[in-house]
Amino acid sequence: MVDMAWDGQSVSARQDVKERARALDKLRTSDNVFRVLTRTAALFVLLILSGVIVALISGSLPALKEFGLDFIVSQSWNPVTEKFGALAPIYGTLVTSFVAMLIAVPFGLLIAMFLTELCPMWLRRPIGIAIELLAGIPSIIYGIWGLFVLAPFLQQYVQPGLISTFENVPGLSSLFAGPPYGIGVLTASLILAIMVLPFITSISRDVFDAVPPVLKEAAYGLGCSTWEVMRYVVLPYTRVGVIGGCMLGLGRALGETMAVTFVIGNAHKIAASLIAPGTTISATIANEFTEAVGDLYTSSLVALGLILFVITFIVLAIARYLLLRIERRIG
Amino acid sequence: MNTSLYNSRRRRNTIAVVASIGATGIGLAWLALILGVLFWKGFSGLSLNVFTEMTPPPGSDGGLLNAIIGSLIVTVLAVAIGTPIGILAGTYMAEYGRHDKLTSVVRFINDILLSAPSIVIGLFIYEVMVRPMGHFSGIAGAIALAVIVIPVVVRTTEDMLVLVPNTLREAAASIGLPRSLMIQKIAYRAARSGIITGILLAVARVSGETAPLLFTALNHQFLSTVPFSLLGHDFSVINLNAPTPSLPVVIFQFALSPYADWQKLAWTGALIITLSVLVLSISARALAGTRKST
Repeated sequence: MVDMAWDGQSVSARQDVKERARALDKLRTSDNVFRVLTRTAALFVLLILSGVIVALISGSLPALKEFGLDFIVSQSWNPVTEKFGALAPIYGTLVTSFVAMLIAVPFGLLIAMFLTELCPMWLRRPIGIAIELLAGIPSIIYGIWGLFVLAPFLQQYVQPGLISTFENVPGLSSLFAGPPYGIGVLTASLILAIMVLPFITSISRDVFDAVPPVLKEAAYGLGCSTWEVMRYVVLPYTRVGVIGGCMLGLGRALGETMAVTFVIGNAHKIAASLIAPGTTISATIANEFTEAVGDLYTSSLVALGLILFVITFIVLAIARYLLLRIERRIG
Repeated sequence: MNTSLYNSRRRRNTIAVVASIGATGIGLAWLALILGVLFWKGFSGLSLNVFTEMTPPPGSDGGLLNAIIGSLIVTVLAVAIGTPIGILAGTYMAEYGRHDKLTSVVRFINDILLSAPSIVIGLFIYEVMVRPMGHFSGIAGAIALAVIVIPVVVRTTEDMLVLVPNTLREAAASIGLPRSLMIQKIAYRAARSGIITGILLAVARVSGETAPLLFTALNHQFLSTVPFSLLGHDFSVINLNAPTPSLPVVIFQFALSPYADWQKLAWTGALIITLSVLVLSISARALAGTRKST
């Protein structure tokens, strides 16, 4: 009887060992499966980007083969004769983004200065959040608002004033020439400026906050004014980060589609005047893609997309590099 | 004492301070102006019809029902596809390959995807899905949006998992918990609110997206359905393999149309989208805030 009990125990013990081994095996397998799964997902992210690049290149090959380098330097955009050149949209993209940055960067820096140096503590969070909400509003809302509110306002009150003010100023007169349409390059730039403002503000605020307080205290201790502390201590210390933040905003502005599509005017020509209608790469694609008949037309639009992607890729890569540099210094 | 230097320094400082306050005021005024106009124009068109009727031909009554449903379905599908991939990729970067070469490459690529123009994502899906299939479809739209969801989720998942203290991981390892279970039972739970914040931000981001839907999901006056029979009853499901309407695309088309009633509907749709997006991003922020304070 004793023996039997012992035997029974040993049998169950042996079963235990087997079960344990099986359970451990199962765990090991699920462990491996999970690890492989996460790695695959990480590789999938790489696959997406390569997919984007390959798809854009293969889609634009017909147009690039047909027009070659002419595609980038030619201004003609004629669906009827199937002659396509990207110069006008490229020019429009660069100019609208440049003017937008010209407006948004000083504004963003001043708001960041207000938030880090002047604003009472209890107001910092609400104002910061309010400015960031500007980034949360979908771009189509900026578009419809720009078309129905901002453009008529500019047309009626601002542009006639601009035209008559600069009429006789050499250099500037051509920048503000022509009839006030309301829609056009300047309107698009203004909308873009509002859209990128929160990005510039929040990154500048973050890097301003990262300045060691002792540096600022030392400057204040010498009798520096708030402005002097900003100008001679904070800005030089955070220059790289601020530029990185601005490049990030620039990346946004370059690729922004819907807001610009509404107010740019969609004219395939390069005008010297800022209030004339123009077009951008993304606006051209958004407007014409579903109406494009013929492979060459579609392919030209995809080629525009490829150019846009290359431009934003370069800008973003520079931004990331600069921000990484300042992160290393802070961290 | 050099009073002129002192005065000029003071003057300069005053100018800078005033400019700084003014810039903040203008920034806040823009926000108020945009929201104000949106409420003013959108509310007047808001009625029950908007939620119960399909988009009308110009000149007749109608609502945005098909666009709202289409948007909901496409967004939910995009999040359902993008979130698991994003969480898994973020998990690899934070838990398995924290110091890998692969991780730093993926992080860089992910950042590029995060701010890649959404219209380019639309072109990509057009080339790999719409063109081979030969027609626009809601599925293509959802996948285009999923490509936008993924980098947002990857980013927040990695950031949040990195913040999970290592002592938790060591404690789990010391009781013999395998790594995958440690991640699933401990790390995910510790980082949960952060990851949910990321998902909410992703939803907020894609629910207002228009450009990638323009040539993937396109638009439709109604919702196309496929009938099927089950247990002797006839049902129909929404056909995602056909052009699918969505709020942003309807807003785009209606706002640019010359018809006043279409434009009015566009404003109403704009109000609906903006409210939902702002609610989403504010709740994401609130969630992130509670995490920080505890």
